Amino acid sequence: MAGEILVATNVLEYPYTRTVGPVLGAFFTGLREGRIQGVRAADGRVLVPPTEYDPLTSEELTEMVDVGQAGVVTTWAWVYAPRPLHPLDRPFAWVLVRLDGADTSMLHALDAGEPERMSTGMRVRVRWREGRVGEIQDIACFEPETPS
Amino acid sequence: MRDVAVVAFAQSRAVRAEEGANEVEILMPVVSAAIERSGVPRKEIGFTVSGSCDYLAGVPFAFVQGLDAVGAWPPIRESHVEMDGAWALYEAWVRLQHGDVDSALVYAFGKSSLGDLPQVLTLQLDPYCMAPLWPDSISIAALQARAWLEAGHDEREMAEVAARSRKAALANPMAQVAQDLTPEELLKQPYLVSPLRRHDCPPISDGAAAVVLAAGGLAREVSERPAWIRGIDHRIEPHGLGVRDLTHSPSTRLAGERAGVGRATVDVAELHAPFSFQEVILRQALGLGPDVEVNPSGGALAANVMMGAGLVRIGEAAGRVSDGGAGRAVAHATSGPCLQQNLVCVLEADQ
Amino acid sequence: MTEAGPDPNEPVRSIRAPVHLEYHFMPGRASSRFLRGVEQGRLLGQRCPQCAKVYVPPRGACAACGVPTDEEVEVADRGTVTTFCVVNVPFHGQKIKLPYVSATILLDGADIGLFHLLQEVDAEKVHMGMRVEAVWAPPEQRKPTLESILHFRPSGEPDADYETYKDHV
Repeated sequence: MAGEILVATNVLEYPYTRTVGPVLGAFFTGLREGRIQGVRAADGRVLVPPTEYDPLTSEELTEMVDVGQAGVVTTWAWVYAPRPLHPLDRPFAWVLVRLDGADTSMLHALDAGEPERMSTGMRVRVRWREGRVGEIQDIACFEPETPS
Repeated sequence: MRDVAVVAFAQSRAVRAEEGANEVEILMPVVSAAIERSGVPRKEIGFTVSGSCDYLAGVPFAFVQGLDAVGAWPPIRESHVEMDGAWALYEAWVRLQHGDVDSALVYAFGKSSLGDLPQVLTLQLDPYCMAPLWPDSISIAALQARAWLEAGHDEREMAEVAARSRKAALANPMAQVAQDLTPEELLKQPYLVSPLRRHDCPPISDGAAAVVLAAGGLAREVSERPAWIRGIDHRIEPHGLGVRDLTHSPSTRLAGERAGVGRATVDVAELHAPFSFQEVILRQALGLGPDVEVNPSGGALAANVMMGAGLVRIGEAAGRVSDGGAGRAVAHATSGPCLQQNLVCVLEADQ
Repeated sequence: MTEAGPDPNEPVRSIRAPVHLEYHFMPGRASSRFLRGVEQGRLLGQRCPQCAKVYVPPRGACAACGVPTDEEVEVADRGTVTTFCVVNVPFHGQKIKLPYVSATILLDGADIGLFHLLQEVDAEKVHMGMRVEAVWAPPEQRKPTLESILHFRPSGEPDADYETYKDHV
């Protein structure tokens, strides 16, 4: 029977606050100050974002290292139709970016305007958000280093 | 090690939105069918374990309600994993190694149609540096797809996997997406999130699956041709995408080695590759040559019940062994972003 | 809960990571039938084909036997208090004046208790075995929700014998 089955909107909200610990705490504190830090791993590589423990040896990591605010795209995905929760409300690219001085790459959005500007290996730089508070969204997004 | 076999498997037909039935109503006929096919009386099943995820339907402790489908009175020995049912099956296999019970019911269910699944899956990501940006599951897979393409592959390989999977699904009445299109036709479709087209992505499915395991003598008693679990292992990779090599699956390779995939010829493999290109990564990681039949069921591109599709791979592979179609089969299940965690199970008929 | 927000001179110790997800909740066939019945002022349960127990509200399955429950059974809108509690503590979102009584009511014809409010009676007079009846919202205000029963109240019948509900406590 049509309409027999009931439907109700159900909104699930979790107002989580997450404690971040010393390593991510230093990373987020750096973002608030407008700088980006990684952590040096057991094999000397610099991990950005930093992790508390070495992904290969599980060793505790503590040595924070400043890295650059620009880097290269290691992979990308073009979003033609952004979703409401996405960081940009116009077509953009998700990117993994390896910042200068880092050995791993981080996820963020790239405001490139159109997919034709995208290529793996392209240089991009941070666009900071105004009014930073110490969280990953303090990086508003990345933008191509070369203006269009 | 105690010999343990899959002796029964049942699944619901995967659908985009099962509007009429709640999870228990979807699950109950599937559980009943698996138990009936097993020949093990319901009240004699020694252990019950399920795989599901409360976030899918947005109902906390939904897995407890799922128990209504089992008949948990008088009280039963029961457990649950907030993962795909393949990992529940792993727990059941370990439980049967204890030796005090001889059979186990494993079930999984997912009703993803109630929420926005690609965005619900954001919650499986690193909650500090990734999830606050709300990347969806398709975007995350697209990042892996691009990395894989630029490591020496092309989009035609992806379209070939999709075309073959959906054509195979025409013979699977439980599949959700089945069609006969050529790779060329698929490649004319627009991108969804480039480099992924819609057919490179799994459908969103509602459904359930159940498997009954039996040990040693009981398996021989109830089944003419038990599908013996000769190896099973699961491995995981780091959380951060940027520290992983997304073009390979080292966790699958290791799990496959530990499960003994390469010890003998593989007749058929059911690989849980929700995105087309991931099948190629998995074949390579498991060392499966072009002569191995992969995903005769259509795989996850034809039906992808979240938390159930991995268990379905084991059930389908076991079915091929039990019906005599294969002597040795490999089943694989994955969990997490970009093939983060992988389980490999080797199933064999009696020699 | 911090009113002023984190101190910008202190190292970052936590991040806000709210989750907001929207779902279309669908209760399934059995619960939908039940709630549609409530809208019409009827209480529809389901009987288990194996153990014959009647579930209200029904969920489409007998949790004890693990079988579908297809047979629909209408039960009375009156029953017996099997257990109850007196709520004295104010809480966020509270709508009812304190103290009030929440009770489990074994409806006549049902085999599991229904959780609802008990009003029009002093809290200290509520007891196990008390006979109660539903007070429905006026027909034009009824919706497919248990709120269409405003509350239960004492029916004035003599207390039920303990033997009649001892298996449902």
